[in-house]
Amino acid sequence: MALLEVRDLHTFYGSIEALKGISFQVDEGEIVALLGSNGAGKTTTLRSISGLERPRSGLVRFAGQEIQRMPAHRIVQLGLGHVPEGRRIFVNLTVEENLSLGGYLLRRTPHEVHLRRDEVFERLPRLLERRHQLAGTLSGGEQQMLAIGRALITRPKLLALDEPSMGLAPILVHAIFQTIAEIRKGGTAILLVEQNARQALRLADRGYVLETGSIVLQDEAKALAENRRVQAAYLGGEPEVAL
Amino acid sequence: MSVFVQYLVNGLTIGSFYALVALGYTMIYGIIRLINFAHGDLFMVGAFAGWLVVAAGAGMHLPVAMQLLLALLVAMVVVGLLAMGMERVAYQPLLKSSRLAILITALGVSLALENGAMIAFGAGFDTYPANILPLSGFHLFGAQVGYVQVAMFGLAILLMAGLYLFVQFTPVGTAMRALSFDQDAARLMGINVEGVVLITFLLGGSLAAASGVMMGLYYTQINFMMGFLMGLRAFTAAVLGGIGNIPGAMVGGLLIGVLQSLSAGYISSQWQDVIVFAVLILVLVFKPTGLFGERVVERM
Repeated sequence: MALLEVRDLHTFYGSIEALKGISFQVDEGEIVALLGSNGAGKTTTLRSISGLERPRSGLVRFAGQEIQRMPAHRIVQLGLGHVPEGRRIFVNLTVEENLSLGGYLLRRTPHEVHLRRDEVFERLPRLLERRHQLAGTLSGGEQQMLAIGRALITRPKLLALDEPSMGLAPILVHAIFQTIAEIRKGGTAILLVEQNARQALRLADRGYVLETGSIVLQDEAKALAENRRVQAAYLGGEPEVAL
Repeated sequence: MSVFVQYLVNGLTIGSFYALVALGYTMIYGIIRLINFAHGDLFMVGAFAGWLVVAAGAGMHLPVAMQLLLALLVAMVVVGLLAMGMERVAYQPLLKSSRLAILITALGVSLALENGAMIAFGAGFDTYPANILPLSGFHLFGAQVGYVQVAMFGLAILLMAGLYLFVQFTPVGTAMRALSFDQDAARLMGINVEGVVLITFLLGGSLAAASGVMMGLYYTQINFMMGFLMGLRAFTAAVLGGIGNIPGAMVGGLLIGVLQSLSAGYISSQWQDVIVFAVLILVLVFKPTGLFGERVVERM
């Protein structure tokens, strides 16, 4: 059964229709990549699922519950984590405070928060070294790790990641993708929005391609990587191969 | 020297009242970017709530200490709830619309509170019983310091310290700081943003009410318009300290109190507000981020 099911989702910004009725699903333990160029609606899709945008119509079902009208903080509670575009860590708070906020839902059991924070430190040891530093002083890669770690504290069933490799050096991109693979091994399904389509398709099981608010292609990741249209548009495929 | 110390003592006393009100301005601005023009009027409602309790307590022949304690607690609870209601009814529906809409609404709420109080309590002055507090005190560098002044200053500092600890060390306080920085990210942490905003209004309202009761006891006269000038002075204090910054509001309040007291003493009490508001203009022109304010980041 699908962990996340999206059916005919329409989201508007004012009078502009950013999502024109998209449908897709993520199964348990799966990595699903959402590809598309700037402005295709990838970020809007994630925001509509996690409750930051209110879709005008359509259905979002997560872990058996309809969530399209649910406030964002309740959706997190159900086990849907969202690491937003641009990381959005709290740069005015320390690394430790950022992680504690990730465990805000568990605030009545501080012991549990500490436990899970230590788990995150174990998985992402760079953060442990910097636990008392203000998050704003971290490097880009460390900030991305912190954003992911912050979302992991609630042990989400599904983690939606928006451009986790954006603006990072290649070696860090590699590290981030490795982390994502490890998270999936822990049983968390992943919905991955990426500019770096090549890396994303290497990691993902399946993928969807968004163009101006509609899904135009969907397939196994391998098949997408070999699709000539995808290669030309998103993998920088050389024209002679495409022809 | 002794005169200067006297002005300083008086200034710190009223400055602590300003600081309590300034905190509400700064907290509310910090989390929803609203200058809540009705905030000064919450202070006024607090003064009247306390006045009613003191009057009722005197009627029941309660001991003075009990009257004062009750007045403070009732005023803080009532005004805290009023502030929450105000947010829920007038501001929350407008949080996603333009800044101007909510600002104008705040002016409307202010007028409603002022005129509501005028209808309820009349346009004249009401007085707290003058003989309720001891007049005794002690001498410090030749200045007369009342025990009442010390107690009020102490209480104000206690409330401010409590607020500071709440904001720094509790999960809800951390959530307040987080959502002041990034509302969407806060939502993704599972923070009920609407709930935290309500708690902020509750805290801001009760601090303003405590200030109102103390001001009423200190000057004895209260009036439905008393929140207007207080609001402007406290706003100046918040801007001076750096709007959005909690320690800034505390220091700003005390500074404005002292400045007002010194200018009333050395120049003329008719000039005190001219000088205070000149400071507002100077700060806005030369250091709009205030004494403690961080660089203002334009957010999308």
